[in-house]
Amino acid sequence: MTATTRPGFKARSDAALANPTLKTAIDRTTGTAERKRAAALARFAEYEAARSRGSAIKDHVIANLDHYLEMFERNATASGAKVHWAATESEACDIVIRLCREAGAKRVTRSKSMLGEEIGLPDALGSAGIERVETDLAEHIIQLAGEHPSHIIWPAMHRTREQVAELFNADHKPPPADDEAASMVQSARHVLREKFLSADVGISGANFLIADTGATCTVTNEGNAELTTTPPRVHIVTAGIEKLVPSTSHAMALLRLLVRSATGGELTQYTTFHCGPKRPGDADGPEKMHIVLVDNGRSEMIANEFRDMLRCIRCGACMNHCVVYRQIGGHAYGGTYPGPMGAVLTPVLDGLAQSRDLPFACTMNGRCAEVCPVEIPLPTLLRAWRGRSWRAGLEGATMRAGLGAWAGLARRPGLYRMASGIGVRALRLLGRSGWIGSLPFAGGWTRHRDLPGPTGGTFMERYKAERGKRPEDRR
Amino acid sequence: MTDASRPRVGLFVTCLVDAIRPEIGFAAIRLLEDAGCDVEVPTRQTCCGQPAYNSGDDASTAAVARQVIAAFEPFDHLIVPSGSCAGTIRHGYPTLLASDSEWGPRAARLAEKTHEIMSYLVDIRDYTPDGLRLEGSATYHDSCAGLRELGIHDQPRRLLAAVDSLEMRPLDGENVCCGFGGTFCVKYPAISNAIVDEKADAIERSGADMLLAGDLGCLMNMAGKLNRRGSKVRCFHTIEILAGGGDGPAIGEKP
Ligand code: SF4
Repeated sequence: MTATTRPGFKARSDAALANPTLKTAIDRTTGTAERKRAAALARFAEYEAARSRGSAIKDHVIANLDHYLEMFERNATASGAKVHWAATESEACDIVIRLCREAGAKRVTRSKSMLGEEIGLPDALGSAGIERVETDLAEHIIQLAGEHPSHIIWPAMHRTREQVAELFNADHKPPPADDEAASMVQSARHVLREKFLSADVGISGANFLIADTGATCTVTNEGNAELTTTPPRVHIVTAGIEKLVPSTSHAMALLRLLVRSATGGELTQYTTFHCGPKRPGDADGPEKMHIVLVDNGRSEMIANEFRDMLRCIRCGACMNHCVVYRQIGGHAYGGTYPGPMGAVLTPVLDGLAQSRDLPFACTMNGRCAEVCPVEIPLPTLLRAWRGRSWRAGLEGATMRAGLGAWAGLARRPGLYRMASGIGVRALRLLGRSGWIGSLPFAGGWTRHRDLPGPTGGTFMERYKAERGKRPEDRR
Repeated sequence: MTDASRPRVGLFVTCLVDAIRPEIGFAAIRLLEDAGCDVEVPTRQTCCGQPAYNSGDDASTAAVARQVIAAFEPFDHLIVPSGSCAGTIRHGYPTLLASDSEWGPRAARLAEKTHEIMSYLVDIRDYTPDGLRLEGSATYHDSCAGLRELGIHDQPRRLLAAVDSLEMRPLDGENVCCGFGGTFCVKYPAISNAIVDEKADAIERSGADMLLAGDLGCLMNMAGKLNRRGSKVRCFHTIEILAGGGDGPAIGEKP
């Protein structure tokens, strides 16, 4: 589908709202995540201090990005890895495809990486005729279903276990013994293991890039990253430049926040540092290691009002606690990243005109910022997009005219008094029973709920009458 | 007759209270006077500017902000019966006007003396209502702006604890947004509806006779949904109860 025929945000969110299975799936995952995070933080007395420190680490790196990028490149190169720089998503994909071809790769394994999704790597590999095997269980589900992730931590959270069982029954040979979670995991392991071992190239993301050692760090709960990065001859890392941290201890400080905020665990099952290719005497490891550092709009954010967003450690807490995400799920957002953080990032990546609904599809309730482990003021950033949208004239004519009329009145109290008096009298005629069940110009409201009618004249009229005072000013 | 112990407060009525439920404004006056304040209602007020602010129209918001600042800066305090309008004046105005050398400092000074009414009564006036009695049970929803921008949580509960015979019941997800969001509820009515529907479920589950909150916008949303569902839960602004109005008509009931 082309951009013009692709259903817009409203159509996508309407479809999501009409899907009760999706709501069940969202509630299960986000509900559990919310409870576990709360329990983990209740046991983490130093949380507020850790949060300030985490934010300060990220801010420091962003303020000194050139310094740390150079340090990382120097140390990664010294460890035997090769560092590549990509300014855009297409440059990043081109580099990865070239490296795969140089390695003579027919089959690559990939472990879950949102940066990979951001740059469109799954599709790029497909177009290049390279077989892609997703090793993360949820990504395996997504791949079988031909979908994109709907959550940055649980990419397949929009599917219930029952739906996953159907997919596996159709695809896995032999199919899982039954649709209990254990049998399905067993079945996926059986199908994937053999492919793990026969892949030529393994592609991973990175949760942290450690400047003073040149290592990349991945965290998973399935151990699939290790199987992606160790057996193949070549290991390629793709990572956004904002993943830099000065040292391993800084990475650990952020990891404490990341894991608790994401899953409520204290540490991931697997936390692995990849430092260069296999050295003489090493039992295993890739012969070559490449690290592709991706900018894709990030350095521009350093200089504009979205800089705070670069602190994001991709924990997903903001979406788990978002009332809008919890109704419509991730696909309705239409970008790589969903939820509050996605509503800030998607306009950066896809352009505001393409994704203008996202910053507006938010009640500004602030819960996302409250739970963000690196103190990103998400509502403020969404408001900044609203301001840009208004100044760019992207707001529709009806809304502009309506707001223009409102602003004209709001700035003239005398006139406003008259207009509100008339409006209130009209509403009272409609709401004689107390409630107004339908109102032509407020259909969005009255389609779903009743509107309480005014209880009498306006406050200002009644106040004036009660106090016997005249307004001293009527412009 | 300036009595240093009696602060002179300007009441910012809010556009919704002005049009839909003036009783909240009168309740505010009663409570503020009872708490020892001289209350005035400046006539050069309309709205705090949120419709424009939430739409990204910063120029119109700034124009409205300057008008509010000019009207209220003579007072010792600006008091609002809404956490969301108070939040806009306290946080929105100073940010919006930060680069304006004249209005920036004036916005900052007004922000300092702007308070949501329940937090003002408790934190600044150390006020406890006296002689209140209301049979029944109520549950309380924490409106988002009040809770997160202004830290209003304990104050309404402390004030309500002074009402004899009123049983307060817990509300599941008391700190979860009701889906109002100002312009959000008309821009994305279907999403807003799904959110308020879940909120209405929680309110009904609480088993309370009454729903109380501190923002008329949220209350209209929840009350409107409850009524559409045929629920018998009655909705009031908390300060109506505190000013002794719990026996009168609830939001949407025929006066
Ligand atoms: S914005 Fe904050 S809460 Fe959301 S994913 Fe990023 S770090 Fe986590």
